[in-house]
Amino acid sequence: MELSANAQALSYLISAILFILALKGLTHPASARRGNFFGMVGMALAIGATLLGSEVQNYGWILTGVLGGALIGIFIALRIQMTAMPQLVAALHSFVGLAAVLVAMGTFLNRSAENTLNAVLMGELSAGIIIGAITFTGSVIAFGKLQGLISGKPVRFSGQHVLNALIALITLALGVHFALSGSSWSLVLMTLLALLLGITLIIPIGGADMPVIISMLNSYSGWAAAATGFTLGNPLLIIVGALVGFSGAILSYIMCRAMNRSILNVVFGGFGSEGGESAGAQAAERGIRSASVEDVVYWIEDANLVIIVPGYGMAVAQAQHALKEMMDLLEARGVTVKFAIHPVAGRMPGHMNVLLAEADIPYDRVYEMDEINPSFAMADVALVVGANDVVNPAAKEDPSSPIYGMPILEAGKAKQVYFLKRSMRPGYSGVDNLLFYQENTSLVFGDAKETIEGIVAALKGTGH
Amino acid sequence: MSETLVALYVFVLACFIGYYVVWGVTPSLHTPLVALTNAISGIVIVGALLVTGLESASTAAEIMGFFAVLLASINVFGGFLVTHRMLSMFRKQR
Repeated sequence: MELSANAQALSYLISAILFILALKGLTHPASARRGNFFGMVGMALAIGATLLGSEVQNYGWILTGVLGGALIGIFIALRIQMTAMPQLVAALHSFVGLAAVLVAMGTFLNRSAENTLNAVLMGELSAGIIIGAITFTGSVIAFGKLQGLISGKPVRFSGQHVLNALIALITLALGVHFALSGSSWSLVLMTLLALLLGITLIIPIGGADMPVIISMLNSYSGWAAAATGFTLGNPLLIIVGALVGFSGAILSYIMCRAMNRSILNVVFGGFGSEGGESAGAQAAERGIRSASVEDVVYWIEDANLVIIVPGYGMAVAQAQHALKEMMDLLEARGVTVKFAIHPVAGRMPGHMNVLLAEADIPYDRVYEMDEINPSFAMADVALVVGANDVVNPAAKEDPSSPIYGMPILEAGKAKQVYFLKRSMRPGYSGVDNLLFYQENTSLVFGDAKETIEGIVAALKGTGH
Repeated sequence: MSETLVALYVFVLACFIGYYVVWGVTPSLHTPLVALTNAISGIVIVGALLVTGLESASTAAEIMGFFAVLLASINVFGGFLVTHRMLSMFRKQR
């Protein structure tokens, strides 16, 4: 059976609709799984319609590739730890980027053999290769930083931005030259420079800005798919590319807004390099209070409302399961427990929500910043687990602070604030946290997981 | 209207759909959103199939196409499955 071109085009239309419905499903956790299912059907339809169309005649390589990819993909998806999701996502972005480059190269070879190249097509091929190559190496660097293979510290040197701009300009010029002349040398050089640009664009960005980087590379991978769609004249790829591209762009915007920084500020770095003697340093002289597990238990067991603020430190300590146990014990005593999530908590957008869901914490106990902020004033205890900058009142009170203007979780308004901390090291911004010195705040030093387990043991011991 | 212009129409209109649909996504599902977009950007597999399966494709084009198919398949299968795994964990209070 061979599908006619019109039947194939109609299948693509249906699969585009299914992809839109897939994203639409993520409006609410209750409809999300159905959405994902729509996505799978849309993909199966698109692949089926392509294979049955008149263009595809050789199946050997294809079957091997799909089978191999399926095995690798399924293996990874089943094995991956939820804390490692940012790495997985970065790896998958790099695959889309590289695949887009390979498709563009292959299209060039096929079309030059057929003698059907033209300037518009070659311009589109250049765009596909440049975006794909930047996505590829950029994501590889992001993966390396997240996995700890390379240092998460930003790599900066003077003249960096000039160098990047220069590479970008030459890459573009080579792209234009390739489109006009069809020179293979321009094509190869352009590809190499675009690969290099992916690296030099991502190395100056620090590990803690990963939520923005992940979102940005997500966006790039979409644009790479869209560019591929232009080269092939395939509307489905263009539609999907635009959806993914915008998804990543909106996430980048949301992440930047949650840090009160512009995307340019993140991309070009410059965070944590200033600071100096501010209100934070003066407050440091006022000293801090430290508390023991027993102190926390004393306050927490008879509370009405406890709000837990998780951060990346919770993920590192893998404390989410212990938190769930603590939550159950507290709820058995009639204490209401809520979780407050800052948009940039963790290493990618929504990271904390997935980790809490993994620990079986119901999603209707997990609140976004704007929903929960009014509740802090009514809370008896705010328990900050591995978060720092996102509760720092300096963002509101200290105009000289680098994080001034960043929206925060108002944990400081709770009657009693406990910070579970490993050490006095400041957050990733390098800014001292004014909340440490507030009168109602105490610090509980130690590993977050061990501390929570200590609280759990004490709550069990004094059970009614 | 040229083919490229039609493609541009499709692209711009799809951008608007993307804009409105993605703003509707609840922030608690932003990680599954990224994973799902990973999966559906595996749609470049369609391009990879067209390059690889072309009857007159040279060996070089076939090899490039093969690797593109392989990589895009990892995205498709891995992306949808890991999204499913994550979404299955989101539960309401019992």
